[in-house]
Amino acid sequence: MKKEKKEKNMRPAEQKPKKRFFNVETRFGYTMHEIWRYKLSYVLVAPFFILFTIFTLIPLIASTVLSFTYFNFLNPPVFTGWDNYVYLFVDDPLFLKAFNNTMFYAFIVGPVGYIASYFFAWFINQIPSKVRPFYVLAFYAPSLTAGVAMSVVWLVMFADDSQGYLNSILIQMGLIYEPIQWLKDVNLIMPVIIIISLWSSLGTGFLSFVAGFTNVDKELYDAAAVDGVVSRFQRLIYIDIPQTMPQLLFAAILQITGAFTVGAISQQIVGHPSPEDAGLTIMLHLSDYSGQRFELGYASAIAVVLTGIIILLGRTAFKVFGEKE
Amino acid sequence: MAQTHVDIEHLKRARKRRDYGAIAITIFLSIGALVSLLPLVYLVCHAFKPMEELFLYPPRFFVKSPTTKNFSDLMNITSESLVPFSRYLFNTVFITVAYLFLLVWIGTMACYPLSKHKFPGHKALFTTVTTALMFVAAAAGIPLYIINTRLGLVDTYWVYIIPGLANPTCLFLLKQFLDQVPDSIFEAGKIDGASEWQLYTKIALPLLRNAQATVVILTFGGIWGDAGTATTYIYREQFKTLAFFMTTIGGGIARAGAQAAAALIMTLPGIIMFILQQSRVMDTMAHSGIK
Repeated sequence: MKKEKKEKNMRPAEQKPKKRFFNVETRFGYTMHEIWRYKLSYVLVAPFFILFTIFTLIPLIASTVLSFTYFNFLNPPVFTGWDNYVYLFVDDPLFLKAFNNTMFYAFIVGPVGYIASYFFAWFINQIPSKVRPFYVLAFYAPSLTAGVAMSVVWLVMFADDSQGYLNSILIQMGLIYEPIQWLKDVNLIMPVIIIISLWSSLGTGFLSFVAGFTNVDKELYDAAAVDGVVSRFQRLIYIDIPQTMPQLLFAAILQITGAFTVGAISQQIVGHPSPEDAGLTIMLHLSDYSGQRFELGYASAIAVVLTGIIILLGRTAFKVFGEKE
Repeated sequence: MAQTHVDIEHLKRARKRRDYGAIAITIFLSIGALVSLLPLVYLVCHAFKPMEELFLYPPRFFVKSPTTKNFSDLMNITSESLVPFSRYLFNTVFITVAYLFLLVWIGTMACYPLSKHKFPGHKALFTTVTTALMFVAAAAGIPLYIINTRLGLVDTYWVYIIPGLANPTCLFLLKQFLDQVPDSIFEAGKIDGASEWQLYTKIALPLLRNAQATVVILTFGGIWGDAGTATTYIYREQFKTLAFFMTTIGGGIARAGAQAAAALIMTLPGIIMFILQQSRVMDTMAHSGIK
């Protein structure tokens, strides 16, 4: 004890510049020392993670808890165990319909949009850099016209009467005699939604790919040329794909999330509720229960299932594209 | 460096005489680009069509006798409402600028330590961010509503701005961009006696400009076209956004022209932003020397 005190008193005499608040020999002390050393890091990340906790993390956890309750905003939540989930999968035919529609949509638009994004970005990277911006804009434009503009453009294109562009063209070509009810025919609603989505599927992922290709070190091409990698296709396989792995992963995550949260586009094109619920998706079913019926516990259960599906597939994407450590 | 690459490419092309692959790709891309641009061209044409052309049979794609009547119609609709058009416009511009500014800075601040510092917990935080990329905003809508109400954000500008600031996509993008910057640059700065703060402001920030521009491009459309927040959280008309007003115009024959004009107004800023920022991103990327 005395010895220690002596040592402590000796420090100023030795004029050690650094003061250590924690005994770095112990694990806890070392961690605390590290935390103090990186204080600026914590200050910099703090705003983001404080906001993230309040507006994303807590709501998500609360949502998960609510999914095991009956809650209607007026009365406090009542714990009901797995009831919501049982009802969801056993007694709710509309959820199954929404689930099937969402799966049908996601398994077409997801992969097709993803592959199209990659190849269009790759094609653009093959042409002279001076004209690239025009093509990037041209292919990205449809995703910019989404939202409010959607109804103006696509509703006229697929209008049910002979005023619609598509019907008008088909009638003039003599392929059909009666206008096709694009947005009312139960069998056509999902395909039409899918076609429109694909048209505007070159979005953020596409931009990420374009930027990724720009960042590929051009010296790699010359180096690989020595090894016999000369054709475009060989470069794609041996250089471009491995070099754009981070973008491939990022775009895959966005594509999965986007594909499974489909809903707004269906609502804009065929309305909600749609004829025979042919355009019903999980997201729309969720908004029904939270916004219209105020069965918030049940709505939360739908949300949890949806998030679960997305995270499961997303984690798979991380395994496929992520850095192998 | 980019320049030399172009030169090499030129030499190679000259040697091969003709690069048929590039020609085929250009033709294919040009056709694709035209098809892809159709909705946009249509949107522009439609907004300037007079009433008789809007309901022409058979429908005509291009406008023949353009008019600005649709835009004046749109202004006239607001003359009947409580709030003038300019107020909606101001709200949207103010919210968009404030949101994007804060979003970019909060993301930029957080990305530097996550990418370059090995502080205790950095891995856990980044895993949280990557997992959050997959969160569905609507899944947390109900508790979020309660939180926003408790915090007193409802019916103010803040409700547009604050809840969306911690955007994992933005942080992820910024961090990935910074990851490509070699650590040696920062170590060299440290040897030259720069403090951590100087490393951040003098080295990291200038390098992050491209990524910041990218974040702005990607998030602009979402906030500019945000009508949902106004519907859910705003009761006072003078705090509602342009996007919300556009959804209230409604369809019908009488308002088809005004709606087309509104659609163009909602879309055009995003496209202009994209054109401006895109050239900057492409330009800086080619010359910044990031490997």
